Amino acid sequence: MADTTDLKKGFKMLIDRTPFVVVESQFVKPGKGQAFFRTKLKNMMTGAVLDRTFKSGEKLEKADTEEREMQYLYKEGDQFVFMDNETYDQMRIGEELLAENIHYLLDNMNIDVMLFEGRPIGVTPPNFVELEVTETEPGFKGDTSSNTTKPATCSTGLVVNVPLFVEVGDKLKIDTRTADYVERVKS
Amino acid sequence: MSESPRYPIDILQRLRPPAPVKLGGRVVALEGSTATVEDITASVPVECDAPPPLGAWVVATGEWNGVAVVGHCEVLTAPTGAFPKEDGDWPAFQREGAQRMQRLRARARARRAVRDFFDDRAFLEVETPAAVPSPGLDLHLDAFPVAGENPPRWLITSPEYQMKRLLAGGAPRIYQLARCWRRGELGALHEPEFTMLEWYRAFASSTEVMRDTEHLVAHVARTMLDGSTVIPGRGSPVDVAPPWQRMTVDEAFRVYADVAVDDVLPDEERFFRILVEQVEPQLGRMRPIFLTHWPASMASLARLHPDDPTRCDRFEAYVAGVELCNGFGELVDPVEQRRRFEADQKRRESEGRIAYPIDERFLGALEEGVPPSGGNALGFDRLVMLLLGAETIGDVMAFPSERL
Repeated sequence: MADTTDLKKGFKMLIDRTPFVVVESQFVKPGKGQAFFRTKLKNMMTGAVLDRTFKSGEKLEKADTEEREMQYLYKEGDQFVFMDNETYDQMRIGEELLAENIHYLLDNMNIDVMLFEGRPIGVTPPNFVELEVTETEPGFKGDTSSNTTKPATCSTGLVVNVPLFVEVGDKLKIDTRTADYVERVKS
Repeated sequence: MSESPRYPIDILQRLRPPAPVKLGGRVVALEGSTATVEDITASVPVECDAPPPLGAWVVATGEWNGVAVVGHCEVLTAPTGAFPKEDGDWPAFQREGAQRMQRLRARARARRAVRDFFDDRAFLEVETPAAVPSPGLDLHLDAFPVAGENPPRWLITSPEYQMKRLLAGGAPRIYQLARCWRRGELGALHEPEFTMLEWYRAFASSTEVMRDTEHLVAHVARTMLDGSTVIPGRGSPVDVAPPWQRMTVDEAFRVYADVAVDDVLPDEERFFRILVEQVEPQLGRMRPIFLTHWPASMASLARLHPDDPTRCDRFEAYVAGVELCNGFGELVDPVEQRRRFEADQKRRESEGRIAYPIDERFLGALEEGVPPSGGNALGFDRLVMLLLGAETIGDVMAFPSERL
């Protein structure tokens, strides 16, 4: 059994059978009063963040979560099939759970899958992926202004704002945490 | 060993080159045969005939040409491993513009300012023991036991008992910068070992001590900040110039949490939850504030309030949401004090905490007679933190517990 001394950033715990991860934790204690830990917790299923204050010494339940590296194999209907790189077990993950991460899935790409009691609850793609541009308006030769951008559609369906010099067929480095264009990759 | 270097490195600014010099310091960078030698005042490139190892403590002898010292570095001590050492003491104190070292110097200035303030007002600086027969019976404080002592000893959680015994002994104005220890307290505003500034004033109540507090903090701020009373606080500045605002606990709960203390009070945990979640963070944001008239059930060593026996003569000051001190119009009635101690012991026992002994000599002092007095315990590390705009009290200590 865990207790409030475990309340450090990154600690994963169960509240009402839902897994939460500690985002922030602060020890607070009035000089003549009771000690508490003021925390910000993120619901690992929904991403919602909530404030919660625990009494020092309170017992906590550790969440049975683990992160595993898996390889993306293929799409089947609205399911995405992954393979655990260690056990070679296959796992299907629905579109709903992947959400915007669908736009970063490339065949054979490794991705971290968070499991809660053996079931997938979220995925973390690599921080950067390279995607090919399939559609964008032609740029204007000679325009080097860096403030002007245009939309470009990538092979996975992701639309990003890019500088005017980007053309169809270019490979772009994308930051998956912000969904932003980083640079054009020399090929 | 070589003769000691005569001057700090910043003396070079005042020398007209070419000049012969002899300087001591540490080699903090090395490029070819040029060593950057640094001491607490400055650094200088030394073009050496034989380059010393990186990290070595050296005495550089040679000629100052206005840009560099050209000459020889005598190695006094050389590091046996890598330099800088990962997690070593040099980087801990010197990185980010030697921030921790600078803060230690500022802390020393703050200590001096505190002493000047009290010495000027005829307070006697005292030192009382760290290991005591009873560390206090506060329900929410746990003490470190001193191993193997019989009768048992604990490290003080505050020097309160012995200082009040000094009042009985005839010292009417006393102060102390005391090292205190509290188990299980660690966070941005807590370290298990910390420094408490505690003072007592006879023939006084909390009114006079609150006045001491605001003038003390303003004095220390002016000393540290070139006459200004606007301190960095935590993220946004706070003007600590007196007078500070006074507000009762009842009023604060009404204003910031929209509840009546008497409705909350039967549930002590709820009281403290509201205090830490809703009230404290709002207090002292632009100007410091005193919270007064605490519930009588939380009187500790304070007397009951002369205007209202359901409240006690206890105050706390808040600066930038940080509890800076806790003071009392002191309880000097031995019968009432014994009754509270016995009740505190029972409560500690029922909550599974150690019921520390009652300090009979302390009660004896009250029986002998302690003049009506006011006292205050102020977190010195927190004061320095707020004056410097540091994030944690560990940032203004030489060695916070994580560095031990």
